[in-house]
Amino acid sequence: MKTHWHIMVVDDEEVMRESLAAWLREDGYCVDTAVSGSEAIASARKQEYAIYFIDLKMPGGIDGIETMMEIRKIHYEASIIIVTAYATVDTAITAMKEGAQEYIVKPCNPEEISLLVGRIIKVKNLQRENTILRKKLTRQYSFHDIISKSPKMMAIFELVKDVASLRSTVLIQGESGTGKELIARAIHFSGDRAREPFIGVSCAALAETLLESELFGHEKGSFTGATSQRRGKFEMADGGTIFLDEIGDISTKLQMDLLRVLQERKFYRVGGMEEIEVDVRVIAATNNDLDQAVRDGRFRDDLFYRLNVINIHIPPLRERREDIPLLAHHFVERISHELGKDIRDIGEGGLKILMNQDWPGNVRELENAIERAIVTCKARMLTEEDFAFLNNNGNHNPEKKNWSVPMNMTLEEAESRIIGATLHRTHGNIKEAALILGIDRSTLYDKIKRYKLPRE
Amino acid sequence: MKAISIVALGEVDEESLSAIEAGLWQAFGFDVRRADARPEPAGAYDAQRGQYSSVLILRDLLGYVSQGDVRLVGVTEKDLFIPMLSFVFGQAQLNGVAAVISLARLRQEFYGLPPSRPVLISRSVKEAIHEVGHTFGLTHCADSTCPMSLSNNVRQVDVKGEDLCRNCSIIFEENTNHIRSRIKPGAEVRK
Repeated sequence: MKTHWHIMVVDDEEVMRESLAAWLREDGYCVDTAVSGSEAIASARKQEYAIYFIDLKMPGGIDGIETMMEIRKIHYEASIIIVTAYATVDTAITAMKEGAQEYIVKPCNPEEISLLVGRIIKVKNLQRENTILRKKLTRQYSFHDIISKSPKMMAIFELVKDVASLRSTVLIQGESGTGKELIARAIHFSGDRAREPFIGVSCAALAETLLESELFGHEKGSFTGATSQRRGKFEMADGGTIFLDEIGDISTKLQMDLLRVLQERKFYRVGGMEEIEVDVRVIAATNNDLDQAVRDGRFRDDLFYRLNVINIHIPPLRERREDIPLLAHHFVERISHELGKDIRDIGEGGLKILMNQDWPGNVRELENAIERAIVTCKARMLTEEDFAFLNNNGNHNPEKKNWSVPMNMTLEEAESRIIGATLHRTHGNIKEAALILGIDRSTLYDKIKRYKLPRE
Repeated sequence: MKAISIVALGEVDEESLSAIEAGLWQAFGFDVRRADARPEPAGAYDAQRGQYSSVLILRDLLGYVSQGDVRLVGVTEKDLFIPMLSFVFGQAQLNGVAAVISLARLRQEFYGLPPSRPVLISRSVKEAIHEVGHTFGLTHCADSTCPMSLSNNVRQVDVKGEDLCRNCSIIFEENTNHIRSRIKPGAEVRK
């Protein structure tokens, strides 16, 4: 439908302006007009136009080229056609250099103008289609806001679906920033409890006594400052799910209290005499090695077994590098929208830097890095330079820090080892390995054959 | 009785005018009548271009619209232009009252070919339907055989037919429900 596309005609001559607008309207486009550059700029701030026809010479105020430059700042993707009655090479060059898509001399053949507008709209339709398809693709790889195409994560998504409607306790383990809470939410919102509350508690954030009151509530006067009765998170989560983050950090006393709740589904408020019964599903998460904590005697083994009925281990980002481009594009789109910036993509150089990092802070660290790059980026695409802070701060990759070359190693041996190591890191994914190594896929493939390297 | 009025602007080929009259009646179902001819649109002449401004002609025509006119169509032998384009076959007010068509570029002799009355008449009817269609809110149609498809040259005019396609017929009926006095068989929706 042509009516999706808005066109603006800017000309100080009424007859010129209105006749072109009428001609375009007959062709089915939504057309607005402006009598001056400043009026066009004001309209551009309110409405996005796909095409601007701008008269080059508009006496008084700003001329066509200046108008175009201002509009470019507002709508970078708009197609601008500069219109003039007198063609000179100089003005044409200036217009094109400043970003005009076309330069036409009036009067022009109707066929020429139809083809021109048709061609621009065709490209815009393809761009729009591309954006829609990319969004669909992102959704295809996403599960309750978790974006991944990694086989390990896909297996987790399947497990989440399988256990969503059970009441069994789930223990989610994974490094900081891997998205443990997102998995917990996915379990809750995929199951029968989706309409009931999902209550999250960060166990590491509160002191022992406060945490106890936070979890189980308290009666009025039970401790200094307890001026009124308060319900705890377990009560609030009744019928739903309680998510206990950083469970590895809780005290021995709380471990005992929690074990009782898990066994009997009953507890007392702090200072309370009345036993409270709840129907709560418990999902716990930790970035600690709980097995080790049990072996060290820091965590009760009976509580560990109660929590560890269903275990989900989220792999760190460095073990699923195939997700980095997917996540990066997702974050660029989301964050640039949130920050009101017009950054649409991430270049190959920028992506290569991201692929080369080990991301000890995982997805959260990647997200923060992209946000920082977007904040300082002046262009429409994130490039290598926007991620310079990652290089300046030193690469997290320990392999690079420990890099040393034996004295008798040949260049070919070094190359073979580098390629072998990279293939190992990418689990044999040639496309990703080529991106990291900065060579094209066919070159990499030739080298793999030459050095008789295994794919993984 | 309300009708589409046709007005000759200067001396215009009579056979074409009659064919346009019949063609508009067939296509839109409204009565069609011939208004008194008016002089050539001298004020619309652009000496520099040697052509007539269709915009100025449309403005003139609006002054002639009478109470009983559903639409008013000016027909001229003069070559028309809008400032942006080297020529136009005609122009209309989208969802408006007035339209104008030129026969100048519909004639074979304009292209150095021997004159052909059937060709001129056929092209005149299609272009008149096209411009009047715009006044009823129809925009360009993607079906190249529909008279509402865009034609930038006579080859494209020749490909078109005189019957509105199904889509344009439906839009026309929706847009004119409030003003249609009667629908002639020829204006029924094409299946």
